[in-house]
Amino acid sequence: MAATLRRFFDSDLWWSFTRSPVTMLSALVALICILGALLAPWLAPHNPFDLASLNLLDAFKPPSWAEEGERAYLLGTDDQGRDVLSAIMYGARVSLLVGLSATVFATTLGVTLGLLAGYLGGKLDALLMRICDVQLTFPSILVALLIDGVVRAALPREVHDQIALFVVIFAIGISEWPKFARTVRGSTMVERNKEYVQAARVIGVAPPRIMLSHVLPNVMGPVLVIATLNLGLAILSEATLSFLGVGVPATQPSLGTLIRIGNDFLFSGEWWITIFPGITLIAMVLSVNLLGDWLRDALNPKLR
Amino acid sequence: MFAFIISRILQALPVMLTVALISFAMFAYVGDPVAIMLGQDFTEAQRQALVKDLGLDQPFWVQFGTFLGNAVQGEFGLSYRLSRPVSDLIAERAPATLELAFTAAFLALLIGVPLGVYTGLYRNSWASRFFLTFSLVGVSLPTFLIGILLILVFAVWLGVLPSFGRGDTVKLGWWSTGYLTWTGIKALVLPSITLGLFQLTLIMRLVRAEMLEVLRADYIKFARARGLPNRAVHFGHALKNTLVPVITIVGLQLGAIIAFAIVTETVFQWPGMGLLFIQSVNQADIPVMAAYLLLISALFVTINLIVDLLYYAVDPRLRIGRGQGAH
Amino acid sequence: MSGQNPLLEVRHLRVEFPTRRGTLVALDDVSFTISAGEVLGVVGESGAGKSMTGAAIIGLLEPPGRIAAGEIRLDGTRIDNLRYEDMRRIRGKDIGAIFQDPLTTLNPLYTVGRQLAETMTTHLPITPAEARKRAIGWLDLVGIPAAAQRIDSYPHEFSGGMRQRVVIALALCAEPRLIVADEPTTALDVSIQAQIIALLKSLAREKGTAMMLVTHDMGVIAETADRVAVMYAGRIAEIGPVRNVVKQASHPYTVGLMGSIPPLDRRVERLAQIDGAMPRLSAIPKGCAYNPRCPKAFARCSQDRPELLPAGATQAACWLYAGEGAGNG
Repeated sequence: MAATLRRFFDSDLWWSFTRSPVTMLSALVALICILGALLAPWLAPHNPFDLASLNLLDAFKPPSWAEEGERAYLLGTDDQGRDVLSAIMYGARVSLLVGLSATVFATTLGVTLGLLAGYLGGKLDALLMRICDVQLTFPSILVALLIDGVVRAALPREVHDQIALFVVIFAIGISEWPKFARTVRGSTMVERNKEYVQAARVIGVAPPRIMLSHVLPNVMGPVLVIATLNLGLAILSEATLSFLGVGVPATQPSLGTLIRIGNDFLFSGEWWITIFPGITLIAMVLSVNLLGDWLRDALNPKLR
Repeated sequence: MFAFIISRILQALPVMLTVALISFAMFAYVGDPVAIMLGQDFTEAQRQALVKDLGLDQPFWVQFGTFLGNAVQGEFGLSYRLSRPVSDLIAERAPATLELAFTAAFLALLIGVPLGVYTGLYRNSWASRFFLTFSLVGVSLPTFLIGILLILVFAVWLGVLPSFGRGDTVKLGWWSTGYLTWTGIKALVLPSITLGLFQLTLIMRLVRAEMLEVLRADYIKFARARGLPNRAVHFGHALKNTLVPVITIVGLQLGAIIAFAIVTETVFQWPGMGLLFIQSVNQADIPVMAAYLLLISALFVTINLIVDLLYYAVDPRLRIGRGQGAH
Repeated sequence: MSGQNPLLEVRHLRVEFPTRRGTLVALDDVSFTISAGEVLGVVGESGAGKSMTGAAIIGLLEPPGRIAAGEIRLDGTRIDNLRYEDMRRIRGKDIGAIFQDPLTTLNPLYTVGRQLAETMTTHLPITPAEARKRAIGWLDLVGIPAAAQRIDSYPHEFSGGMRQRVVIALALCAEPRLIVADEPTTALDVSIQAQIIALLKSLAREKGTAMMLVTHDMGVIAETADRVAVMYAGRIAEIGPVRNVVKQASHPYTVGLMGSIPPLDRRVERLAQIDGAMPRLSAIPKGCAYNPRCPKAFARCSQDRPELLPAGATQAACWLYAGEGAGNG
């Protein structure tokens, strides 16, 4: 364990990480967001979902540094007296949860299908690539919207509300899998012809085993980069869907939902209800994107 | 060349048919159109009559065929929500969306391509670093947030630009344009910036990446070794090679713009197809969703075809179909 | 070596690459001259520094590589410290370059004629119409059939060998006095190689152009060069007239190289080879870089680095030829 750690800190990857203050800063920001979101139930000063604790008299309080602000509500309150900071922490939780799950889903699905298509070739490959082609003609947001809309129409409202979270994760995941499948398929086809794979086949290793333990580790590099960049995209997609009103259910608001709610009060001057969730969203996605950018440059053999 | 076009069109047909099938499946199986249209109480006789009227008792393929036939003529049935013909609704709203998309795309290209070239050529200048940071932020900002921020600054705090609606429009035939009135143009500013910003940063990063890649090529090294001036190397040799793959992506981005118009139209209450679509998703108005889907895919397929043709015209390597040069 | 003033003089050239693990020395105190009309071959294994020398001469070292010391003079004037714009005027006009891979050296989107005309109008005071006429002449000269029609063809419409002919035309069309040819035939079929080499040789002779021919193929050198420099680990091991270096090599490395070429006239049980491998740039031995592998090494070899010393008809960087200093142990 100690040896692995030592090797990691000695590696080119770590060196290029420490060389770039921007990357380190974004890793820090991302860490703060993740921790804040994970530990929200313990860290948040108030519980915005506990209806009993809400006081309508506290509604529309501006941030604590403004004239009428209060120390208890650091970033102000919304129309129902909910603390904005706590709402953001819980909201970030949902945003991250959906974003991560959707990315994991898309990665798993895409990598599996890509491996199969690249390794087995033939009709399966042709079919899968056709599907990818068709799906890639459409922007992913449209695909996600469509799936969400169809499910919404197909199920009665109560049922839909219960599983809305999964529907959103599923919709976003489905809209992103082709990118992974395409890349993995290409890499698999290259690896398939290499000697170590031929050798394994000659010995009689079963195809699934070859794919998993031989080919997969070699194609993971680009997958990691795409996954990191996609995480930002997934979080944004969820925020967009929730903002449009077709994302997560109202009982589990994400940052996108908060922004939508706050948008109604923009004109009457209570800007903090929408702006602070917005800033949090930007910080999260920006740091993830920066990390993804750094990872891509660090893993790119041509730039070393 | 002709054969190329025909083959491309033939390739596009299965895509269109698949989309049509999905649209139709939504139409036929999701929800109960009869119940939705008739409301709460209805008699069995009324139900039967409507079923016969809508042709819902026919076998699947006949219904699909009818659907296709109608679709080609622009007939998409009635909206569940508004009880008006879908084709009317779309015709009414299309100009708004198309004008918005066009303006946004124009802005994105006008600013994105030169910035991309500049940051690719002069990697280490302060301006380049600034633009790169700006582009990274741009890619991380969701469209709706950009819209909200712009509204906050320009409509709420400064009060100089409108935050919703199209302003006054002028009717030319069945098209209504906002380009010809002052309020129309003012109303276009914020939405098109919102819509175009994401694309602008994407294009800029793409052009830059391509430029960097091209500048490393052997033929650029050889051009320098022949003593060609920087102007010729950068703008003659490098730029042309950079733009060729960029054409494809830019064309596809046009499709993305039209899709993202959905969000922008929601934020600015812009009376376009996008707003119509989102309202119908919210209300499970299947005919509108299906029609929008079909139209959008037809548009995308057409854009793809045009992009392919452009590619063909620009890259001489594609023109020689078979056989190489002589020895 | 020759009586006239040399056309190209390289003196104590040192090229360094700063990396995060320290500075790598790619070329260490390299000196040689090329006279007008002479062909100097530069041979060595991959990584010995041959291409780096060529790149340094035409001023196109890839950053972060840089010239850390030494001089390069063209016709007496220093060219290693010129600004980019001044060096640019020399490139193409006074020094031409030919690269290895004809498939990637030509811009795929421009016709052959356009690339030729462009090069000529940049350096010569001629009109575009005149440039086009000359371009056809050049294509003809390098052996492209039906030059007047092919001038408007794109690179991908030519085969590899034809493309390299075009590259040669491009390198020569501004009438330079020196050509740096970096492995011009390595990427071509063997049968085409001979044609290209013959073409290069005849054109150089005809125009009186000097050439620095970088390659790892001894056959090409024996065929084409007047003198040859053998490089090892960023230094010159031996330099002299080609005949002497090939037949009576002085430096043990050259001896090993020549010995490892399989003979065609008799059978051998095993192919001869030099044990070990050329050291990496980050681990060059102290003293003579070849000493760990050298069958004739003695004490001094691992202590002091030898300069080029006269050794018969050639010069070799080897302590065996240090006169009284030979054999210290």
